[in-house]
Amino acid sequence: MPPAIEATGLTKTYGDVRVLDALDLHVPRGTVFALLGPNGAGKTTTVRILSTLTTPDAGHARVAGHDVVTARSRVRRAISLTGQFAAVDETQTGAENLWTAARLSGLSRPAAARRAAELLDRFGLTEAGGRLTKTYSGGMRRRLDLAAGLVRDPGATQVMFLDEPTTGLDPRSRRELWQAVRELSDAGTTVFLTTQYLEEADRLADRIAVLGLGRTLAEGTPAELKARYAAHRLDVVASDEQSYVRLTERTSPAATRDPETRTLGVPTDGSAAHVRELLDTLDPGRRDIARFGLHTATLDDVFLTLTADKEPSRV
Amino acid sequence: MSDTLTAASTLAGRGIRLSRRNLDAVITSMMLPIMLMLVFVYFFGGAIDTGTRYVTYVVPGVLVLCAGFGAASTALSVSEDMRLGVVDRFRTLDIGGTPFLAGHVAAAVTRNALSTTLVLGAAFVIGFRPSASPGGWLAAIGLLLAYITAVSWLSAAIGLVTRTAEAAGAVTFFMMFLPYPSSAFVPIETMPSWLHGFAEHQPVTPLIESMRGLLLDQPVGDSPWIALGWCAGLLTLAVTASGFLFRLRTR
Ligand SMILES: Nc1ncnc2c1ncn2[C@@H]1O[C@H](COP(=O)(O)OP(=O)(O)O)[C@@H](O)[C@H]1O
Ligand SMILES: [Mg+2]
Repeated sequence: MPPAIEATGLTKTYGDVRVLDALDLHVPRGTVFALLGPNGAGKTTTVRILSTLTTPDAGHARVAGHDVVTARSRVRRAISLTGQFAAVDETQTGAENLWTAARLSGLSRPAAARRAAELLDRFGLTEAGGRLTKTYSGGMRRRLDLAAGLVRDPGATQVMFLDEPTTGLDPRSRRELWQAVRELSDAGTTVFLTTQYLEEADRLADRIAVLGLGRTLAEGTPAELKARYAAHRLDVVASDEQSYVRLTERTSPAATRDPETRTLGVPTDGSAAHVRELLDTLDPGRRDIARFGLHTATLDDVFLTLTADKEPSRV
Repeated sequence: MSDTLTAASTLAGRGIRLSRRNLDAVITSMMLPIMLMLVFVYFFGGAIDTGTRYVTYVVPGVLVLCAGFGAASTALSVSEDMRLGVVDRFRTLDIGGTPFLAGHVAAAVTRNALSTTLVLGAAFVIGFRPSASPGGWLAAIGLLLAYITAVSWLSAAIGLVTRTAEAAGAVTFFMMFLPYPSSAFVPIETMPSWLHGFAEHQPVTPLIESMRGLLLDQPVGDSPWIALGWCAGLLTLAVTASGFLFRLRTR
């Protein structure tokens, strides 16, 4: 069995912005893969290339074993996409939106009606199914959008693309959507999702790729990434405003900053030698740091470390 | 092929449902031609000498005008689908440009058929009494449908490139305007002579001349064929251009 997604050297330029610069990806079947990156990193561009909506300027990608440029139709039959912006009609009801999508994916009338009802039930929208989508909450709309991506015969969708599925959702809707993604994954579908939220990638994904500078800056399991890039974070609290400013000048861009509490978070491997060295570099006069604490790094720290580096690196 | 038809009819159904729920726009596009007809018949009609009762003269022109009024909303609904992620979903379901536009056009033709019926109804109320044979009615309606289809597909093609409602309105304006410099409201002889060349040879004139002739049971010569030729030409242009523009916009 070929991997769910295999991309080599994907390159895409808009005007003189090189959005993707020789991006490589490898996603085994049945896994949840998160592409993590800030706004403008090229996540949507990647998803659009992999889902055949746009063509790369260079490089190749195969999804479910088919080339995304030369075998578009085959790829399309094996994937479903829930884009960054909801693709449901506000003035159709939930049921009508699903019915439309089901008919478009080739289901007969009775089968489309059955499938629409099934999906409404599965995504907790049965009661709202008869209402116009414009009356839905953000979370409900997002779930409907996800459902509309899954109208085909159950099992036909091998790879599901979700572009920032939870951006703009309240915490409760976000958890509901995570649950839906896990169920999809448990049913054997490969899930490729993009996110700006490190917590989301950490919670959902088997593997994470960090996208920056048009390519993968790092790739691995959440645990691997944390272990390899900044296993720990040294939080130093400045004695006063001036100290905070001086400390800021001496830290690397990879540090987190919180002017409110005058705290800087600096990546470290956690060894006594490195911590001692850091404290000395940051505060040679031994008057700027009032207190410090050592924490296990979060993905936020990983991300900052990576995007601060100019050199791409891999796990 | 049958997949394409299913897709087009599903999208037409969607388009009709969406129009039903955007009644403001639909009613406006239906009321305007009726208002215009009333204005022409009661305000200007007395001053215009057409050789027949003015209401009888003007109805074919108003019906053609009606087709133009629907154009902007057709272009707008296509452009909204392109702008929002909707077209992406269709494309990942492997729906091509042709069924996508055909769905929009079918919905537009349905809207137009409705407004045409309303205008005809209003025309009867104010004294329109055509003397067409059933064959003449069929031929006139057939011609009008051909024109509506061509104009709708052209509007849909325009919707592929216009990104705002204002742009769609501006570009489709000429379709609304086209019936004025024709024999729709006044005989061409009454226009300044520099306009004659355009007015006599533009697509709307043979269409209106044939509809008028057919509805009044008068000889129409070859004007229905010229009108059909125009509609076929415009439709071919629209279909070709939209195929090209769809590929361009979805690269
Ligand atoms: N169709 C397009 N035309 C021009 N520039 C684009 C287009 N799509 C994306 N971009 C640019 O490419 C960059 C990456 O965009 P995108 O892939 O949407 O990033 P992300 O989804 O990670 O926020 C941005 O700078 C964006 O402005
Ligand atoms: Mg994006």
